[in-house]
Amino acid sequence: MNDKLYRIILFVVALIVPIVCGGVVYALVTDAYDAFEHFGFFKFLTSSEWSYTEGSERYGALPFITGTLMTTLLALIFCIPFSLPVALFVGEYFRGTKIAAVLSTVIDLLAGIPSIIYGLWGFYTLRPIIMALNISSQGSGVLTASLVLAIMIVPYAASLSAEFIKMVPNDLKEGAYSLGATRAEIIGKIIFPVAGSGIFSSYVLAIGRALGETMTVTMLIGNTNNIPESITSTGNSMASIIANQFGEADDLRLSSLIAIGLILFLITVFINLIGKIMIKRARIV
Amino acid sequence: MNKLKFRSRLAKDKALLWAVCFLAALTAVPLFAILGEVFLRGYDQLSWSFFTEPTPTAYKAMKAIEAGEPIPGGIANGIIGTMIMLGMAVVFAVPVGILCGAYLAENPKKRFAQVVSYLTDLLQGTPSVIIGIVVYIWVVVPMKGYSAIAGSVALFIMMLPLIIRSTEETMKILPASLKEAGLALGGNNARVMLKVQLPAAFGGIFTGVLLAISRVIGETAPLMFTALGCSFIRFSIDKPISAVPLLIWEFFNDPNLQELIWGASLFLLLFVLTLNLTAKYLAKKWNQ
Repeated sequence: MNDKLYRIILFVVALIVPIVCGGVVYALVTDAYDAFEHFGFFKFLTSSEWSYTEGSERYGALPFITGTLMTTLLALIFCIPFSLPVALFVGEYFRGTKIAAVLSTVIDLLAGIPSIIYGLWGFYTLRPIIMALNISSQGSGVLTASLVLAIMIVPYAASLSAEFIKMVPNDLKEGAYSLGATRAEIIGKIIFPVAGSGIFSSYVLAIGRALGETMTVTMLIGNTNNIPESITSTGNSMASIIANQFGEADDLRLSSLIAIGLILFLITVFINLIGKIMIKRARIV
Repeated sequence: MNKLKFRSRLAKDKALLWAVCFLAALTAVPLFAILGEVFLRGYDQLSWSFFTEPTPTAYKAMKAIEAGEPIPGGIANGIIGTMIMLGMAVVFAVPVGILCGAYLAENPKKRFAQVVSYLTDLLQGTPSVIIGIVVYIWVVVPMKGYSAIAGSVALFIMMLPLIIRSTEETMKILPASLKEAGLALGGNNARVMLKVQLPAAFGGIFTGVLLAISRVIGETAPLMFTALGCSFIRFSIDKPISAVPLLIWEFFNDPNLQELIWGASLFLLLFVLTLNLTAKYLAKKWNQ
């Protein structure tokens, strides 16, 4: 095989990636068009109605956008107090030791568990606990979904944060030690300021993960098509409304669901883009 | 006064250490809680017939429950469906992914390669439920029906970026002298790639493929709109087909079949975690 042919083959195969991405966007946009045309783009985004009685069909994405933002934000809040200690444990306190390797294996395995099994565990273990604690009567809801979601994104946030914590130059830390600083002070005054933007970017990417998580949320959020009033009430996220209704939908409802998919796709792409840019910047520093 | 301040600084230091250790240990709890629950509730369902028989109908299961017998049947339809779809996805995703990864590693400076690299990230970050919608539009609608082909296209799209990344990253850490030595011996680029670079990168690529398989094998949402599910064992690729995660979802929604959830979950979980650990072990071994 000569060099020219080889280069052409590689190039042609690499074309598949842009073609697939273009196809994703094209398919979503063309099939979502009906819904946007029928309701108007901003009306669709801001309407909180979701009724499919024939003749007076009304669809709006607001309840699901709210549901997704609520679960994601709560999951992020629950995830920080666990992922940050894991990152410090692996990246600073016990760096390079066997116990850190064990913990990072455990965290990796946590990332490997399929989301449907997280959903089952949330449904059969966590939901009864929430009911027993009298937090909410039916057990499922935004809170339950976010708690399990938090466990699912801990591995992503922790492993990337640990990487940035490990990259903090030793001279800086040694300088502070020689001035008599304690380890806690080094973490607060050297590691966080230096690795902060990297750690922050790892949470942005974790958000990107949480936004599109489907099965876990579908099994735990309660699946009601209204804006959740509080964190213990039920709702639906963008991904879970699609998972719930896509199979039975047609015409305008199908198009509306695809429109919700498009919005979810755009939000996820945007968040991931920000995360990637921040990581690049943090690596250079 | 000074001594007091010193003490409080030390106390803070100690407190942080303990808090970090405690919270880090607490994070490991869910893994064992999930493993424990799935194992304890699922292990007595695993039997020979669980792997060789298809899912019972809800009616049959109801009868068995009424009679106080264990539910007959198993998840053979799901296992075969998963194997068929995964097999097709792997056959296409591995060569395409390796070639794309090789392209990215060979031309790191090219504008087009940077675009491909960015789009690979984009694809990797795309929620799986959206891949499901898109494949529904691409494949299910034109073919006028759910099929194993559609399911495997969805799995293909999800595996592709993972394989591209792992190939690219492995090839980038190969020493440049390796390629140069091959070229100096008179091989052209294609030959050096096939005979020198790819074999040298085999370990990393292989672990990448294993991890990609373990990622997509538990995917449920995209298969719901593409493969749909099927309650008997089927080998045709143009008809709806089942998969293990789809069966778990079905059992979850059908009160008569709920007993079967844990056996199926245990099977899936063991499979995924074994793949993960194997990949990790191999990566460590090949890195030495």
